[in-house]
Amino acid sequence: MADVLERRAVVSGVGQSQVGRRIDRDPLDLTVEASLRAIEHAGLTRDDIDGIATYPGNMDTPAGFSGVGVSELHDALRLNLNWFHGGLESPGQLGSVVNACMAVATGLARHVLCFRTVWEATAQGGGGRAAVTMGGGGGGRGFRAGSFMQWTLPFGAPSAANWIAMMAQRHFHEFGTTREQLAWIAINARANAGLNPHAIYRDPMTLDDYLSVRMISTPLCLYDCDAPADGSTAIIVSAADTAPDLARPPVRVEAVGTALHGRPSWDQFDDLTTMALRDAAAMMWDRTDLSPADVDVAELYDGFSFITLAWLEALGFCAKGEGGPFIDGGERIARDGVLPLNTQGGQLSGGRLHGYGFLHEACTQLWGEGGDRQVVRGGGRLPEVAVAAAGGGPLGASLLLTRS
Amino acid sequence: MSDAGTQEQAAKPFRLLPRVTPENEHFWRGGEHGELRFLRCRECGYWLHPPGPVCPIELSRDLEVAAASGRATVHTFTVNHHPWIPGYDPPYVVAIVELPEQEGLRLTTNLVNCEPDDVTIGMPVRVLFDHHDDVWLPLFEPDPDADG
Repeated sequence: MADVLERRAVVSGVGQSQVGRRIDRDPLDLTVEASLRAIEHAGLTRDDIDGIATYPGNMDTPAGFSGVGVSELHDALRLNLNWFHGGLESPGQLGSVVNACMAVATGLARHVLCFRTVWEATAQGGGGRAAVTMGGGGGGRGFRAGSFMQWTLPFGAPSAANWIAMMAQRHFHEFGTTREQLAWIAINARANAGLNPHAIYRDPMTLDDYLSVRMISTPLCLYDCDAPADGSTAIIVSAADTAPDLARPPVRVEAVGTALHGRPSWDQFDDLTTMALRDAAAMMWDRTDLSPADVDVAELYDGFSFITLAWLEALGFCAKGEGGPFIDGGERIARDGVLPLNTQGGQLSGGRLHGYGFLHEACTQLWGEGGDRQVVRGGGRLPEVAVAAAGGGPLGASLLLTRS
Repeated sequence: MSDAGTQEQAAKPFRLLPRVTPENEHFWRGGEHGELRFLRCRECGYWLHPPGPVCPIELSRDLEVAAASGRATVHTFTVNHHPWIPGYDPPYVVAIVELPEQEGLRLTTNLVNCEPDDVTIGMPVRVLFDHHDDVWLPLFEPDPDADG
């Protein structure tokens, strides 16, 4: 195996702001709150931070998708940076964290403050239904769609809900997957959210609740779609040799996966049932001697429930096409199951923190700081290996993390 | 546009339209001639979608505009129930159809002239065009001439 440079990186601290629906706070305020908590959690001061990485960087549309870019946080904290990065075109949200790993591995920076801030609950509440982009140009008469959106907007399919729904439908067709099976991604998330005081939706959900809620885009119903939220998540990525300076033994980065070998498209990708997750996951396992059986906890993106099922298959926790039977009944993916899944409630019940929430939770579990929702494995053992993965469609990256 | 044409357009359901450019106009305006048009490589016959300046197979720049048969099968679909866009009244069927000309040559489109509950993956469909301003949107409907 070639030198796996990401092993020179660790996660030294994590922090999260207040999270909720329309909490009426400025997104930069939330970002500063999350950042200062993460810096303190790592045992560092702001003078130690010499890098920033974020996804997607500052953009005005869609409303609330990004409230804060690198520059605003940089200036708010008056940091002296040796390296920084913000951008949309990366292997999903965690591509920014992978970039930070490489920055510390190559010596460009020592401690990189990675963050993702969403403000979609407030932005959509004030500006009408703005959960979907109009191709970067807003809506209204006279508007014309460009780039990828020209191929979907005219047909009334502006949302990833429509695109992912068609991927799920194809999976249902090829493998016999059912709504009654897919439901367990949402039901499991809700059960875990009940143990997370910061989750947005905490009341128990039954299979009947799931099957009777309104449809969004078949086969996806409301409970298959994540909940727009306001909140910020910060992750400090540090050079591994800073471990003696840190507040706690850091979480090690064992391997990352960032590949996209098919076409970068939501409708032209060769296998709509796997999406790019197939390539990212395969690359990650190629960079480690660990295997899926070693994983104690999986935190897998659920912008839509079907994406989690696709990550389960891509990462090899079950065979391709077997995701439905694997999650059916919810026993395998429960906190005391063979593969505890989305232990904070995911984005479905915890709020759409857009990828970073899964990395935050994976580290929290490895540190044993999960409180009521802490996973304990057989024999009272705390989790030692976790996967955090984010993205769907042609965007995706995964990280394999281990306890020091 | 004539007054009659304007009235015909005004009576139609609202559609968001693509920005027509020299690179994509063969596709968005092919319907004026009743044709579903793509760029195609003169050297190897590969169909390009979305259009680009070069054939991705052997990187030939010798491309021509060619008409596909207009027949397709439903690769996957969804019945959209959510009112994302004012003027688009749910439920309606969004589909990805695959063209017989080439494996993986697909379009996102709407299926019309059929009940949403009757749509199945693998269903044969054929193109029809929905004219708005300077754009002919390729939609698909069940193909009565298909075998089986």
